[in-house]
Amino acid sequence: MLNKNIYLILIISLVFAVSFWIGFNVNLLPAEASINAPIYDELFKILFIIGLIIFIGMTIAVIYSLFKFRKRNDQIGDGIALEGNLSLEIIWTIIPSIIVLLIGLYSYNIYDRMGGMKELNHNHEMMSSNTEKIWAGISQTSDNELAINNLSIEVSAMQFAFLFNYPKGNFISGELHVPVDQKVSMKMESKDVIHAFWVPEFRIKQDIIPGQPTILNFTPTKVGKYPIICAELCGPYHGGMRASIIVEKESDYNEWFNKNKKPEVNL
Amino acid sequence: MTISIDPQKTNNESFQPKGWLRYFSFSLDHKVIGIQYLVCGFLFYLIGGTLASAIRIELASPMSDFMPRDVYNQVLTLHGTIMIFLWIVPVVNGAFGNYLIPFYVGARDMAFPRLNAVAFWLIPPSGLMLVASYFVEGAAQAGWTAYPPLSITTPQSGQIIWILSVLLLGGSSIFGGINFIATIIKLRRPGLKLMQLPMYCWAMLGTSLLVVLSTPVLAGTLILLSFDIIANTGFFNPVLGGNVVVYQHLFWFYSHPAVYIMVLPAFGLVSEILPVHARKPLFGYTTMVFSIMGIVVLGLVVWAHHMFTSGTPPWMRLFFTIATAFIAVPTGIKFFNWVATLWGGKISINSAMLFSCGFIINFVFGGITGVALAQVPFDIHVHDTYFVVAHFHYIVYGGTVFIIFSSIYHWFPKVTGKMLNEKIGILHFIITFIGFNLCFAPQHWLGLNGMPRRVAEYDPQFQFVNQISSLGALLMAISTIPFLINVFLSVRNGKDAGDNPWNALTPEWLTSSPPPVENWEGEAPLVEEPYGYGKKISEQK
Repeated sequence: MLNKNIYLILIISLVFAVSFWIGFNVNLLPAEASINAPIYDELFKILFIIGLIIFIGMTIAVIYSLFKFRKRNDQIGDGIALEGNLSLEIIWTIIPSIIVLLIGLYSYNIYDRMGGMKELNHNHEMMSSNTEKIWAGISQTSDNELAINNLSIEVSAMQFAFLFNYPKGNFISGELHVPVDQKVSMKMESKDVIHAFWVPEFRIKQDIIPGQPTILNFTPTKVGKYPIICAELCGPYHGGMRASIIVEKESDYNEWFNKNKKPEVNL
Repeated sequence: MTISIDPQKTNNESFQPKGWLRYFSFSLDHKVIGIQYLVCGFLFYLIGGTLASAIRIELASPMSDFMPRDVYNQVLTLHGTIMIFLWIVPVVNGAFGNYLIPFYVGARDMAFPRLNAVAFWLIPPSGLMLVASYFVEGAAQAGWTAYPPLSITTPQSGQIIWILSVLLLGGSSIFGGINFIATIIKLRRPGLKLMQLPMYCWAMLGTSLLVVLSTPVLAGTLILLSFDIIANTGFFNPVLGGNVVVYQHLFWFYSHPAVYIMVLPAFGLVSEILPVHARKPLFGYTTMVFSIMGIVVLGLVVWAHHMFTSGTPPWMRLFFTIATAFIAVPTGIKFFNWVATLWGGKISINSAMLFSCGFIINFVFGGITGVALAQVPFDIHVHDTYFVVAHFHYIVYGGTVFIIFSSIYHWFPKVTGKMLNEKIGILHFIITFIGFNLCFAPQHWLGLNGMPRRVAEYDPQFQFVNQISSLGALLMAISTIPFLINVFLSVRNGKDAGDNPWNALTPEWLTSSPPPVENWEGEAPLVEEPYGYGKKISEQK
């Protein structure tokens, strides 16, 4: 009996060790290029490890049973008439419940750190006084903040392109240029069908909906060129609906901005 | 009780064709209808599988070069619709439900045999209509979700035929659901208690409740959508002040429970198969029943997890995260109980057992990615990507389709009186298991790294992994060949099975194989312990 328990403990520790090793050493995600990305990757790592432990454990249990309890040629009759075990049932109800609850609380924390809970925490008055209903995405902001932020960009999506309007510079661009390490606020609206704005390296996605503006905030942290991908089926050329986001140093960004800037027309 | 156990067989028997012709007739025999569902479903599975192969051929190269882009969207729409509404739902509910439920409750037929036949005969015409819409002006091309405004702006004829077809199939599903509830509640043999029913009855009771509660919502939604398309109303059309997000809520109110309509019956079937081949009672019968009902209740309140990136307010995202993640608890209980059923048994390693164990491994994997997807911050990155495609194929193919094959190996001797060839069966399992995992496991990585779903072209950096996935799809296509050969050979000259080749205790095995028209020559047997393996009753045999 003691021997058996030792083997069980050994196997469980081995499963944990392997899962942790894989979780920390196998990277399945693209580069991290926004404030959100490292937070996301932390959540991913935890879920990946827990998932591996459960999956490897269950697989071992199934395969072990198939070998250990297979019917030998000389055997007749049935297995043991064991119809259940209340304490086991209670254990495997309570432990998964606790794990699921902890994961839920943890992902709430992650979501809050990404800025997703902002509206719920601070913004009750704004909700009622808003005349225009804005459906918030992750890292949302109020209309006020949109107006204050220097980097507010209006995104319009259509079959099959994104257009980026820089109201401060009075021009429209097909490429999204943003300076590194600064918060960008985007108000997005679709001209025809539902599209989605996705930058895998930023770990953010928000649908762009006709008739209802959505808002998305992000802060890029790494200079480079990343794809903007439409993630919602929008028609035959959906697969080709892509644009680029160019994250550059502030000086480069200002140079680009001033080159494209058009004087305001005062009527 | 006013309903007689013996439903009126005013079926003027003389007009009923005999032999194989009865499968083409308006037969009222639940066993004939069950086989009709199964064979019809399998033919649509072959069509849906061909479409899947077309998708994987297109995705073997990053360019859109195998078929025109709009045809690609039609192919993916038809693939999803056919696999869900014409293969999985009719087969796990209609086929096995019709064949097994009357045996399990000790009845001679379903409660409403005519409604039953109507429910089946709605399927072939609506399926053919759906496939034929391709030849009108092109099939629907807005995906199986048919989100407006895309579904309003794409060519009308295909979309309208799609709606009509899904409405008819939904109607068929509701008729079936009503019939199962009535049969399980009302036609039980005197003396048979609810808590003595085989687990598949409980699974079908839960599933049928979901069908009856949620399918009408889909029907209503699609009727409103069809008004938007043909009568220029503005329910979901933003140009006319409609709201596209409302459609998503209504659609997923059915379509998330639809996932449980596809997997709960499979949970029931595997609960019948494992105890027989492991020679042990089903572990934890009572908790299994409660976890099915728990899944039914929770399954109705999780739909908005499909909409974390649309316009959903934060409190709603939180609620749906927690509700969704908690489904893992009753589901987990079931899986622990199945492993405990295997533990300490005398397991026969045969095709039915292997497919069931394959199901456990695949489904656990799909369930884990499901709990991850339920977390809002996790979902926001991978929503609408190949990660999701991989996840739900692990649930519906790795889960339900594996169980459909397992069930075919298990009940083939009952239906035909012949055994399937075990060697070919194990070969079928090995090719399917390897092909399936090769096809779908790499897709998780694709989704995480930036490949959205429903695209005909993609970033060339993903080519190699997509080719691995296509190779897996090729293996899956090949795996149907040994299966079909096995079925045809065994029907013609398979080994004689006898009445009860597995020495099983559930009621369908206590009659001849194939069973007589009214299921038993005499009175239906009272089976109080359908899983009494290892006890005196079974050891006497």
